Amino acid sequence: MHQIQLGGIDYAILIVYFAFVLGIGFVLRRHVKSSEDFFLSGRSIPTWIAGLAFLSANLGAQEVIGMAASGAKYGMMTSHFYWVGAIPAMVFVGIFMMPFYYGSRARSVPEYLRLRFDEKTRGFNAITFAVMTVLSSGISMYALAKLLELVLGWNFHTSVILSAVIVLVYIFFGGLTSAIYNEVLQFFLIVLGFLPLVLLGLKDVGGWSGLTAQLEPVATGAGYAAGAWSDSWRHLGSADANPMGVEWFGMAMGLGFVLSFGYWCTDFLVVQRAMAAESMLAARRTPLLAAIPKMLFPMLVIVPGMIAIALHQGRGGLLPLGADGNPNYNLAMPVLLAHYLPSGLLGLGLTALMASFMSGMAGNVTAFNAVWTYDIYQSYIRPNQTDRHYLRMGHAATVFGIALSVGAAYATTRFNNIMDMLQLVFAFVNAPLFATFLLGMFWRRTTGHGAFYGLLLGTLAAAAHHGLTLPHGAVAGLKGGFLGAVLHTYPSEMAQNFWTAIMAWSACFLATIGISLATPRLKTDDELRGLVYALTPRQSDHGLTWYQRPATLGAVVLGLTLVLNILFW
Amino acid sequence: MNLDLRLPMGLMFTIFGVLLTGFGIVSGPEIYARSLGINVNLWWGLALLAFGLAMLLLAFRASRAGSPTPDR
Repeated sequence: MHQIQLGGIDYAILIVYFAFVLGIGFVLRRHVKSSEDFFLSGRSIPTWIAGLAFLSANLGAQEVIGMAASGAKYGMMTSHFYWVGAIPAMVFVGIFMMPFYYGSRARSVPEYLRLRFDEKTRGFNAITFAVMTVLSSGISMYALAKLLELVLGWNFHTSVILSAVIVLVYIFFGGLTSAIYNEVLQFFLIVLGFLPLVLLGLKDVGGWSGLTAQLEPVATGAGYAAGAWSDSWRHLGSADANPMGVEWFGMAMGLGFVLSFGYWCTDFLVVQRAMAAESMLAARRTPLLAAIPKMLFPMLVIVPGMIAIALHQGRGGLLPLGADGNPNYNLAMPVLLAHYLPSGLLGLGLTALMASFMSGMAGNVTAFNAVWTYDIYQSYIRPNQTDRHYLRMGHAATVFGIALSVGAAYATTRFNNIMDMLQLVFAFVNAPLFATFLLGMFWRRTTGHGAFYGLLLGTLAAAAHHGLTLPHGAVAGLKGGFLGAVLHTYPSEMAQNFWTAIMAWSACFLATIGISLATPRLKTDDELRGLVYALTPRQSDHGLTWYQRPATLGAVVLGLTLVLNILFW
Repeated sequence: MNLDLRLPMGLMFTIFGVLLTGFGIVSGPEIYARSLGINVNLWWGLALLAFGLAMLLLAFRASRAGSPTPDR
């Protein structure tokens, strides 16, 4: 493809940004005195900062490149990741789960599992989570470097090393606080960097109605009804009526209930931001506050993908074609940046793109640090050391966590849509975990054995389902079918992933109930206080005005989301 | 935490605003063909400048009032 030439002004913006990112890390190094400062920001982060970081930590490669790619590939249906998936899940975390997470004083999600269940459940979660964070951050880095190579002609290896070193420096010095502060900076940069692109693009295609009209030939050309790219719910009646190849049940259950709740409720990467909040009330409000801007993100990340595919269809080949003859959807966002933004704003847009990768990477690295140091190193390798020792370990973990991510970056080359690969990883790890949490938090009879073996069976069920099915047109291997026989072929990778998640969740849910009933309960009611819903005192919100109360905030957020779903039905 | 985040954030966006507005003033109209003929650097630069200055103002007001965080 045609490469973009950056001007002096673009480099100036990029350099100013790097200077601020590193500067924040450097200034904050004075505040890191204990391991709790390094891993949990000394639990002193105000609500608005924790909320924006909660949002931004998840705003990595997956969000910006992946959502724009999905917007181009599947159209407006991609909004379900927000309006069916993320938002309801975030409300659930804030209202129902934060009282346990924050109240138990657990320092990580695996640690909560040890308090609630037992050592082996914690170990299992700690290890799978550590692997997953390294994978995710590797994907982030790979995507960034590949993009810069394609769009700017920068050397792939230089980009990997450069982004790794910058993230390394600011986390090494300032720990989680530095990561959180930078995530908030990155949040504003991402919004303010992409907004002019969206506005210009919409003006060019004639607003939303113009975009809808221009997406009609895209949909009919692919053999679907005219509105398939611009409606979110209307074409979910059956799997062959929409480009994603899912019907409403797979969408609501697989993506909405299992994958999104699994991710937002159990993934330590996001939960860590809320755990760092300064008070219980701040921790409960963190996800709710994050949900408000999150609701509007489809406009920022999905709509550009839709504009890109409309222009690609209407004005002849905007997106370069991949080896399989389909457009390279992952390039939707950068190609659009180059298409509309002149030197100056282009620099801002590219800086925003880099910021999103870095915040995703930093989120993973800080979560990896804490889980490695508290849940693996302190628990199994060297217990009973001084706090200084663990703080030093945290610094070391930052270095080798990033080194492992670099390794993972080089291993990531096989998927045409990054999102699909990430969903696959989540389906294996997070989907069964959500069943474990639901049972653990709401049913006191759930036992440690039940949780552990249920989780194991859930993960195995995910692997078995993935190994016995294939997405349409794929060959057996990483994309499925590796167990020899292919029992079912799904219309798309997305559909296969949703069903893998549903299978994993159901297997874990049923197995955990069965095994719990068959094994003796070892924890008394007293030991479970603060860990199980029925045994935890309700949070009293008396004396707060209505908009300060988590429950009303949650209801308002859900109401607004419902309105959005109906508007774009 | 005694670093008010609004301070570096306000400073960074103010610098971005000055850079973009300045570039928008000196750059010729030919580079704006792709942005539909609009001098986006100038207009968005002014918007960023306003955002940055507002952040700085909030940070200074808070530091004078003696409370480093806005929302508890």
